[in-house]
Amino acid sequence: MKELIIISGKGGTGKTSLMAAFAYLAENKVLCDADVDAADLHLITAPDILEKHDFQGGNTAIINKDKCTECGLCIDLCKWGAISETFEVNSIECEGCGVCVYFCPEKAIDFPLNTCGEWYISDTRFGPLVHARLGIAEENSGRLVSLVRNEAKKLAEEKGLDLILTDGPPGIGCPVIASIGGADAVLIVTEPSVSGKHDMQRVVQLANHFKVPAFLCVNKFDLNKDITDEIEKFAKEKGLTCLGYIPFDQNFTKAMVQGQTIFEYDSNSSSAQAIRKLWGSLLEKL
Amino acid sequence: MIISIASGKGGTGKTTVATNLAMAIGSDVQLLDCDVEEPNSHLFINPVFEKTITVTTPVPEVDEKKCNLCGKCDEICQFKAIIVIADTTVMTFPELCHSCGGCEKVCPENAIKETSRELGIIQKGYRNGIEFVHGKLRVGEAMSPPLIVKVRSFTKPDKFTIIDAPPGTSCPVIASMKDTDFILLVTEPTPFGLHDLKLAVGAVKMLNIPCGLVINRSDVGDNKVKDFAKKEGVPVLLEIPFDRNIAEAYSRGDMIVEKLPGFKETFLTLYNNIKKIVS
Repeated sequence: MKELIIISGKGGTGKTSLMAAFAYLAENKVLCDADVDAADLHLITAPDILEKHDFQGGNTAIINKDKCTECGLCIDLCKWGAISETFEVNSIECEGCGVCVYFCPEKAIDFPLNTCGEWYISDTRFGPLVHARLGIAEENSGRLVSLVRNEAKKLAEEKGLDLILTDGPPGIGCPVIASIGGADAVLIVTEPSVSGKHDMQRVVQLANHFKVPAFLCVNKFDLNKDITDEIEKFAKEKGLTCLGYIPFDQNFTKAMVQGQTIFEYDSNSSSAQAIRKLWGSLLEKL
Repeated sequence: MIISIASGKGGTGKTTVATNLAMAIGSDVQLLDCDVEEPNSHLFINPVFEKTITVTTPVPEVDEKKCNLCGKCDEICQFKAIIVIADTTVMTFPELCHSCGGCEKVCPENAIKETSRELGIIQKGYRNGIEFVHGKLRVGEAMSPPLIVKVRSFTKPDKFTIIDAPPGTSCPVIASMKDTDFILLVTEPTPFGLHDLKLAVGAVKMLNIPCGLVINRSDVGDNKVKDFAKKEGVPVLLEIPFDRNIAEAYSRGDMIVEKLPGFKETFLTLYNNIKKIVS
């Protein structure tokens, strides 16, 4: 079984639209949306939710006013300034470290487990999808990412499917680290802009840091050919293979607005042709 | 006054709005790039950096001679950053540590002292009348909020401070948006843009901060973003139609207020409208 994660560093380079296009082309796969913070893949895949589960991650301190003597020790101990002078815990600020709970001399602080999101197993016109939704302003996105990846693996084993295609989050922090660790390969989607290139370089470093094989593709490559050349040069220096170049094509956005993959919207469009070729190259590498 | 520029979805134009707004205002303005995972504002502002600071967070180090393997540190740590295995070994995993200080505090043998883990760097510089600060998360570091808090500590109350926030709606975004006077949300009129905007508006409501909307590439999709904004009472302060010239200028790192006519006035109007809403 192979697991491929699509990431980009910079947001908005076309990860999810490309992922949806791959979902159309790939066979025998499980789809997984690991961008739990702002998941969008379901907007194209229109899933029928088969299973829905709560995601519990981390705890939050709650002061029991009946027991609290207002000694103030918790306020002194809290490194996040989450406890007010009136002994209310701000749940957004609370890190869930439990130090106040442990040291409270009156045992007046409860520490319930948070339900901070949901995860789902769904059926789509492209096959099964494991996805999730982290509650707004919640922490533990990395743990939820690990959970959906594990569930996708279990599902692939159960169904005898040999590929997991995962849509990753932007950035290089906690959820991205959780998305790529131990994967067979990452495909980095970049665009020829100063920021696209800058962010791609950081995410390449991240993939190297965690020793995950990385491939590159350039979306909207013809928007700035000079920077596309620079990206190519960088890839060569780093021994990275650039597997494909997708032209700037307004059909790509129009398909997304219609809730379709580019192949369903216009399979003869320039971007569709480039993506078909890119997918072929990617399969060879996997 | 402090405003943050956020979006939910990535790549909608947060950095374009933040940098061009700062540039249009031109003086007595600070730009703090809090997208520390992938900071981009400096690529457009091109500041002259005069100071670089390494930011660290405290993590525990155990003196094994003093440690009697009682396991209290293991018990208090919620993040599995310090564990006692089979009553024979104590191990620390500094990259998992949230720096709560619990283990040091709880250790009866005084065997734990503070060492540090690098979170990243902060750079500070200037371009004309713009004071610029950004954070760069160390590659491999998972936790960005403490670095974001540090970037925000450079806020000067007598200036107009613009925060470029990261995408999403989880803890790094909240760390960038909280305790500001106004949140400017940037979106595009597509299903992805709308879906993530709804999440972002949810976060803004939770923080109870006034907000307004910029619709970028305003002619590429449908009217659902505008309908949603109307329903939620979020004022649309600026619409920027798709223009290949803007996309190309952006790709080169050019500022549209400098390269394309009319945009300086557009961004100054935006600035004045925000000031009106806040006061």
